[in-house]
Amino acid sequence: MRYLPHTKEDIKTMLKITGQSSLDSLFECIPEDLKTKQSIDIPQSLSEWELNAHMEELASSNIACKDYKCFIGGGSYDHFIPAIIPYLISRSEFMTAYTPYQPEVSQGTLQGIYEFQTMITELLGMDVATASHYDCGTALAEACLIALKKNREKNKIAISALAHPSHRQIVQTYIRPTGYEIIEIPYTKEGLTDMNALAGMDDLAGIAVQSPNFFGNIEDLKAVKAVADSKKALFITSFTEAMSYGLLKNPGQFGADLVAGEGQSLGIAKSFGGPGLGLLAGTKKQMRNLPGRFIGKTLDANGDNGYVLTLATREQHIKREKASSNICSNNGLNAMTAAMYLATVGKIGIREIAQQNHDKAVYLKKSLVNAGFEPCFDKPFFNEFVLKPPKGFEQKRAALIQDKCIFAGMDLEPFYPEMKQHYLFCSTETVSKDDIDQLAKEVQ
Amino acid sequence: MDNQPGASGLIFNEPSLWEKSRKGRCAISLPKADVERAELDKDLTGDAPELPQLSELDVVRHYTRLSQWNFGVDSGMYPLGSCTMKYNPKTNEVQAALKGFAGAHPFSGDEFSQGSLKLMYNLEQYLAKITGFDTLTLQPAAGAHGELTGMLMIHAYFAKKGKQRSKIIIPDTAHGTNPASAALCGYIPVNIKSGEKGILDPETVAAVMDEDTAGIMVTNPNTLGLFESNISKIADIIHSKGGLVYGDGANMNAIMGIVKPGEIGIDVLHLNLHKTFSTPHGGGGPGSGPVAVGKALEPFLPVPRVVKDLDSYKLVSDYPDTIGKIHTFYGHFGIMVRAYAYILSMGAKGLLDSSRLAVLSANYIKESLKGTLNLPYDMPCMHECVFNDEFQSKNNVTTVDMAKRLLDYGFHPPTIYFPLVVHGAFMIEPTETESKEDIDQFIDAVKAIAREAEEDPEKLRKAPFLTKVTRLDEVTAARKPCLRG
Repeated sequence: MRYLPHTKEDIKTMLKITGQSSLDSLFECIPEDLKTKQSIDIPQSLSEWELNAHMEELASSNIACKDYKCFIGGGSYDHFIPAIIPYLISRSEFMTAYTPYQPEVSQGTLQGIYEFQTMITELLGMDVATASHYDCGTALAEACLIALKKNREKNKIAISALAHPSHRQIVQTYIRPTGYEIIEIPYTKEGLTDMNALAGMDDLAGIAVQSPNFFGNIEDLKAVKAVADSKKALFITSFTEAMSYGLLKNPGQFGADLVAGEGQSLGIAKSFGGPGLGLLAGTKKQMRNLPGRFIGKTLDANGDNGYVLTLATREQHIKREKASSNICSNNGLNAMTAAMYLATVGKIGIREIAQQNHDKAVYLKKSLVNAGFEPCFDKPFFNEFVLKPPKGFEQKRAALIQDKCIFAGMDLEPFYPEMKQHYLFCSTETVSKDDIDQLAKEVQ
Repeated sequence: MDNQPGASGLIFNEPSLWEKSRKGRCAISLPKADVERAELDKDLTGDAPELPQLSELDVVRHYTRLSQWNFGVDSGMYPLGSCTMKYNPKTNEVQAALKGFAGAHPFSGDEFSQGSLKLMYNLEQYLAKITGFDTLTLQPAAGAHGELTGMLMIHAYFAKKGKQRSKIIIPDTAHGTNPASAALCGYIPVNIKSGEKGILDPETVAAVMDEDTAGIMVTNPNTLGLFESNISKIADIIHSKGGLVYGDGANMNAIMGIVKPGEIGIDVLHLNLHKTFSTPHGGGGPGSGPVAVGKALEPFLPVPRVVKDLDSYKLVSDYPDTIGKIHTFYGHFGIMVRAYAYILSMGAKGLLDSSRLAVLSANYIKESLKGTLNLPYDMPCMHECVFNDEFQSKNNVTTVDMAKRLLDYGFHPPTIYFPLVVHGAFMIEPTETESKEDIDQFIDAVKAIAREAEEDPEKLRKAPFLTKVTRLDEVTAARKPCLRG
């Protein structure tokens, strides 16, 4: 096996030093009856060529092996990834390093993630951002736990029914054993979180609203903040499309206490849903409540600038059961990827790309409405929106995937049973006017 | 430092992204605006975020220089105990980047995702065979996330039985994630000490186990690198009171093909694909922490689960007792691809050999450095061995001083000050992918440092000397946190 360097001679010499007679005798400290009687029943090892063939075959049975036109989002977005991103992130010094516990030989990771934290705070208008979390759903669950811990006299979290359905399920999973309660804020006919319903809810430690919401509509975060303040609840906001904050007013401007987000849009491959990038940011006041790692700036013994992991006394390896969270590994390499992406697009690029996402989505909506689709909501959106298709669309949609590799919207019914025959469409900068015109023609 | 890998060379200073930024630069090729501009209401839009403005070469040079300040497994031996810093095969990266995988949208639908689903199904099967369990979930995003998932299942199991329990037994050798994960489920950790020989005594467990205790969290091999040989007896004690045994499989790299945790009384076990199954650590993730379970906990697995139906695969969520979802989609699929490629490249024999050679190398280091460093538990070890600084402390040289000096010799230091049960711990895990020559160089370096501790202790206290920066002021960093530029 090419990964195992030991020659027969090496093994002999090393065994001699250890005083053991054979490789098996190294395991004599394990009682015989605990050892397995059967070898592992898995396929024979493959050569690199055989592996390539096998993997190619598997990858080819995903439709993604072809160039497809992606008009779906729902938490995973098709954005253009410039060549320099995979090129730079595959540098083994980044990829094959551990958590930067030895800062003298980890300044690359440390400065890179420090810059990531800085750019995320810029993007979201927040004071601090952590070094990353797993995904938006788990970051949102942590934000809800913070609210419950900090508002001990209150027992509930109100979460918008238009937060990503998976995120709401994750929050439920995390909260269930704690005995606290999650209540869902219903949505209005306009496809927005029902602020009247929220106003009637009590005993709230936190209020969580996603914007743009799962239907793509931009929420009135100012109104949410006002209700949160009146109820002395923490204002938590989340998002699945990080690109939107290249254009939209950021959560900080609305006075959010905590922000949970998904950063997959920032140069990270869709990769069948993971690994993505959990973003978690807060006000300065929340700094010590936030879970996971932070990188801080400091000086070395010679007075030179350097970076270290810091505020570790919140973390599990120091605080054990009293830690702010159990998180250890985060999604560091994807945070570095996002940093590279943000540095690449810069202030000019992110604005233009975000604007084009919106422009194309508006054009797509108009084109589909002209093709016989019925608009559902009339509220401003970023790059996703809901339409009711004409009869026979379901069959047409399947054929479009099969024959033309066009993914035309996703069915909302599995997520919202009341939304029968409603589809969520998305447009990013990767689709052209011609693609949209073709889609409109096909579905007419 | 003759023949040691550590050397100095030209290394570049590099300012922050903002210092490099010049108004008007942009490093991305912008798409052509081919549709009409649609302005959003001014109340909804903000100013563009103040991101740095750079050219493409600015970005490339920035990250190239940053990368050169890092130490990775590809740079040199990285014997971090408990972290299993084995070689990360490059073919795994090629496979994960295949367009059919990397480009797959999670909502493409089962019909159009058969390749992903088949891979996940097969990987579940292989990991179940390796661990001796019936089934498992691939959804947890990291080891600690897997622990939480396992504990949530245990919590759901007792809830279903109608009587929740309040405590969980955790040995003093456990990773900090164990008590933190248990605490998230509301369990109060009951900490117990390991015995004189560094392993758990069944009597200690029996003394605290009762019918209000959900069970025990055991890392086996434990963090001293020792096999918990009483594990079956301990499991019997836990089971006799209706409890469950949680296995932390962080150290599975020592026992593949030798012990199957599912066969020796463990009820639920998490694995770290980024340790045992060779996926890169990435400077702190993303990892993947699958959780294997026996029959008792199977109904509680997270959803969706991958089900094989004749020759096709589908995602199914209809399990009434499930704990629910713990990841937005299906877990870290890209990491699963890498682990799958690794398992297929190794085969059963390759995995067994990995464990044998990992254990051989650790014992070889243990025997070679015994006498140079103090060895608190002198017995055959598994994949790692734990020394401390007792011999050097008479010269006021501590573990951290030796660790920092190792950097000058060109090695990443071992894990230091963990496990907590060993004062000044120096925990070495060489892994099976380091050659005898590299291990010998490492041993020579540690011996040379021990000599320096006698002859020039001041030098060690000031080390390292060859790195880009020297020791950093962590106290000020924590007291006056500066977390953004």
